[in-house]
Amino acid sequence: MKEFLWLIPALPLAGSILLAALGRSIPARVSAAIGGGTVGLSALAVLAAGVDFMSAPPPEGFHVQGLWTWVDLGWFRAGAALRLDALSLTMAAVVTFTAFLILVYSAEFMEGDEGYSRFFAYMDLFVAAMLVLVLADDLLFLYLGWEGVGLCSYLLIGFWYREANNGYAARKAFIMTRAGDTAFVIGIILLAASFGTLDITAVMEGAASEWQGGRLAAAAALLVLAGALGKSAQAPLQTWLPDAMAGPTPVSALIHAATMVAAGVYIIARTHVLFALAPWVMDLVAALGAATLLISAFSALVQHDLKRSLAYSTMGQVGFMFLALGVGSWQAAIFHFMTHAFFKALLFLSAGAVIISLGGEHDMRRMGGLRSRLPLAFWTFLAGAASLSALPLVTAGYYSKDLILEGALAGGGTLLWGAGIIGAFVTALYAFRMVFLVFFGEAGADVKRRTGLKAALPLVALSALSLLAGFFGVPSFLEAVLPASQAAPPVGHRWAGILSSLVPLLGAAAACLLYLGKRGIVERLAGSGPGAVLHRFLGSGWGFDWLYERLFVRPYQLAARAGRADIIDAPYAGAVRLAERLNGLLVKTQSGQVRRYAAGMALGALLALGAMVFI
Amino acid sequence: MSGHLLSSIIFLPVLGALVLLFIKDARAIRWVALVTLGVDFALAIPLLKGFDVSTHGMQFVERHAWIPSWNITYYLGVDGISVLFVFLTAFLGVICVLASWKAIEKKVKEFMIALLIMQAAMLGVFSSLDMFLFYLFWEAMLIPMYLIIGVWGGPNRVYSAIKFFLYTLAGSILMLVGMIALYFAAGNTFDMLVLMEHKYTFAFQIWVFMAFFVAFAVKVPMFPFHTWLPDAHVEAPTAGSIILAGVLLKMGTYGFLRFCLTMFPDASRFFATPIIVISIVAIIYGAFLALAQKDLKKLVAYSSISHMGFITMGIFLFNKNGIEGAILQMFNHGITTSALFLCIGIIYERTHTRDIGDYGWAASRVPVYATFLFIFALASLGFPGTNGFIGEILIAFGAYEVYKPYLIVLLMGILGGAAYMLYMYKGMAFGADSHGHDGHGDSHGHKVWDVDFREAIALLALIVFVFWVGFHPEDFLGYMHESVGNLINQATASKFEGLGL
Repeated sequence: MKEFLWLIPALPLAGSILLAALGRSIPARVSAAIGGGTVGLSALAVLAAGVDFMSAPPPEGFHVQGLWTWVDLGWFRAGAALRLDALSLTMAAVVTFTAFLILVYSAEFMEGDEGYSRFFAYMDLFVAAMLVLVLADDLLFLYLGWEGVGLCSYLLIGFWYREANNGYAARKAFIMTRAGDTAFVIGIILLAASFGTLDITAVMEGAASEWQGGRLAAAAALLVLAGALGKSAQAPLQTWLPDAMAGPTPVSALIHAATMVAAGVYIIARTHVLFALAPWVMDLVAALGAATLLISAFSALVQHDLKRSLAYSTMGQVGFMFLALGVGSWQAAIFHFMTHAFFKALLFLSAGAVIISLGGEHDMRRMGGLRSRLPLAFWTFLAGAASLSALPLVTAGYYSKDLILEGALAGGGTLLWGAGIIGAFVTALYAFRMVFLVFFGEAGADVKRRTGLKAALPLVALSALSLLAGFFGVPSFLEAVLPASQAAPPVGHRWAGILSSLVPLLGAAAACLLYLGKRGIVERLAGSGPGAVLHRFLGSGWGFDWLYERLFVRPYQLAARAGRADIIDAPYAGAVRLAERLNGLLVKTQSGQVRRYAAGMALGALLALGAMVFI
Repeated sequence: MSGHLLSSIIFLPVLGALVLLFIKDARAIRWVALVTLGVDFALAIPLLKGFDVSTHGMQFVERHAWIPSWNITYYLGVDGISVLFVFLTAFLGVICVLASWKAIEKKVKEFMIALLIMQAAMLGVFSSLDMFLFYLFWEAMLIPMYLIIGVWGGPNRVYSAIKFFLYTLAGSILMLVGMIALYFAAGNTFDMLVLMEHKYTFAFQIWVFMAFFVAFAVKVPMFPFHTWLPDAHVEAPTAGSIILAGVLLKMGTYGFLRFCLTMFPDASRFFATPIIVISIVAIIYGAFLALAQKDLKKLVAYSSISHMGFITMGIFLFNKNGIEGAILQMFNHGITTSALFLCIGIIYERTHTRDIGDYGWAASRVPVYATFLFIFALASLGFPGTNGFIGEILIAFGAYEVYKPYLIVLLMGILGGAAYMLYMYKGMAFGADSHGHDGHGDSHGHKVWDVDFREAIALLALIVFVFWVGFHPEDFLGYMHESVGNLINQATASKFEGLGL
């Protein structure tokens, strides 16, 4: 199978090219079959590669398949090569299977859209790019996938291009992530210039042997981190994600929840050697993760838009992963990436089922009482919410989140652990707030359409994964690539463990009190003066957009507008005007009057004579 | 023929122009021009195929005595630096005819003749090894370009044509003075290879460098000399913009490589840092102004200034990565920016407006066109997998070698590129399809249709190079390794004999 590794990204790419070439000439059914089918085949290829990999593990722990030499400068060579190891296998499996389920769902969700075929072409292109990103053995090749997913994100956020606002959201996402990517490229150049290669194994070995305790390691880690922050929507580059919800719901599920947004987590895990060399950068990773977790959890709590609430939730969960990375629990981070991919995709898809059956209604205030009318959406959403809240023992989210909190206590200290606990509490609170607002209480808008079979199957499959994936032995499988956390658990960790298991239950209970039945307390809080201000502040994502608008966007636009006429042209235009003036003056001397000419000649002769005599 | 390949490539367009004199039918004229430049392009392929990449020496050399009393010879030849531009020029010639097929309706014969003569002059500049011949071709480019802008241009064409002419002429005259000085300093020779070997005093290098620098900087155009470019682009017909952006701007940077670095290495090094600084200013300034433009052509013109800043920076980094990146980026810019101007021309033919505000329906009304535009926008902003990425990363490598903080500015320029290109694409493609009449016209009632066969051929041909360079740059970089190595040896050697003050 290792000779056929290239098929894994090539299949969706081929699907995308085929769909782009055939365009609107093929019926919708065929578009969906090509779009979903190629990703399905790719998932099977990953499965085959995985079976092969586990039955006959390679001695070094990874397979590499070289494709072609991309750039060869003599001192530096970057090859397009794929790498299969425990980490990339896990990532590729999650990406292809989740993507396949989401595409099956989309076949129904996107029905009747005029861009049906285009949708599948973009989604396939995204899957191909994401697979290049996770399978690349070379950082330059990885960067191709990295930018490729950003591009598809841009295309899919702006998928409904008739709405000009979607264009703004798409551009905002692209430029903000690219701001991070720019730093990432500097990091790549730094590594390339230092080691003459971007082969991941060689770079990591070189860094480990040459950069011990050096400032270069910290610089490289910081630059990689900046790229990761942009792509994973972590503070301070997080504000694009809520706006990215302008895209179709399956896009939000696949790109802006399950896979691309977690690419930052992957890249840090992939280059963990660099981070391990720079402890203070790791502390920064953990701190930013914890900060994002808290910022987003409180924002999610006050959103009215169902999808925006889920978007803030995604930021928070990725914040959990960053927290895990920062404290050295690499395996926990990837484990949580996997469970999060399942339950967040599930939440988005069942939210999509709700939205579409209400005729495009996003506002939770106009929902309610849908439990009996949309039972499938209710139960699947509940499964997702339970897993998101990490209800103990029965959900997958519990196992990964517990591992993270354990790691945070052991490797990060009480402060980070406390932030995690608060985050977990608020997470459970807003998760069940959504459940109660949407599915309980008084009936809101009318149900216009019911979920069909093609949408139901992925929902059920993802529900099963959201509840059961916690039993996959992913952390131990990853040990070959990612070292286990070394920190010894502190005294009293048992009590801490029990507390962290109880917190989600407390959160759910609090949601029950606050949002089930009469919401008197909440309404009174939000209605009071300071409460309303706080509500607005949290609802806008802590005012980051407001700040960035004034700090960056407006000054840039102002400066650009001021320079529109190109000030440098002024001296040239001035020279032209001067020449014209002089010309105008001299023209006056050509009056056609003989008397004047004679006078001029006499004067000239006099001057010339004078000059001859006196000088 | 193989012994005269370069002469054939240069003078075939002239022959075509002569044939055109005797044809009346506009349709036939277009076809003759297309066939002439098509054959010319076909001739450029054996030039690349037969090129020996293992040497930095001049190849396909032709040398005949011409004006013996002044020691002037007819001396042609290409090395790894110029061969790609002969190819690029020949390729873009075909694109230019395709772009003018319907856009030029009046005085078709005269237009095609101007285009063919222009083509010959540009090919001549890249192949000349005799400085006199070089200057002849250099000035010969001025007149057809002046006519192309001034006769077939937009409403303000005469102003722009004169501006273009005066700027370039002012530069060229300084260059002529420099050339005469060189001729006497090196012992009465115009042979460029001999001039490269000769040693000059430092003061002489400084003065002559400055004379050449201004001429080339106007052509590039570098930061304070750039203001003719937006005006020229806005008024020029599509083919004129393609020639300007695709080839003419490269003349300046080619001149830096051919003359400044090799003949006055000490002066070049002396001025390197200030030149890099104004290149950086150009990168940022161009990106800023591009974002502020409402006219599509002006936007791309300012983006050119930004991109050419990358190239001049790469050249004056004096290392292999920087210079190879700059040469590759010259080629890339020729492809990508020409493609963007072609795209603008295509839509302008339908709507007769270049105001971004008049669009916002490309994705829904002309989806194929929008796709092409998007791909070229990506190439322009240096997306990995496109040609722009490779060039920019090479220049970045070079910058890193010289002075690490350059990278930050460089990459800010790249980010600025993303901002203005997406601003353009959003303005063109995204938006409610509320304009128009019966769903066919634009906001002014013009009929709009998607790209036709002729346009698709031209765009696809350009896209081939976008991805070819993007995914397998070695096919292009391979030509220049030896020559750039040699160039760097020349440029880093100390060649002055005393200060000469």
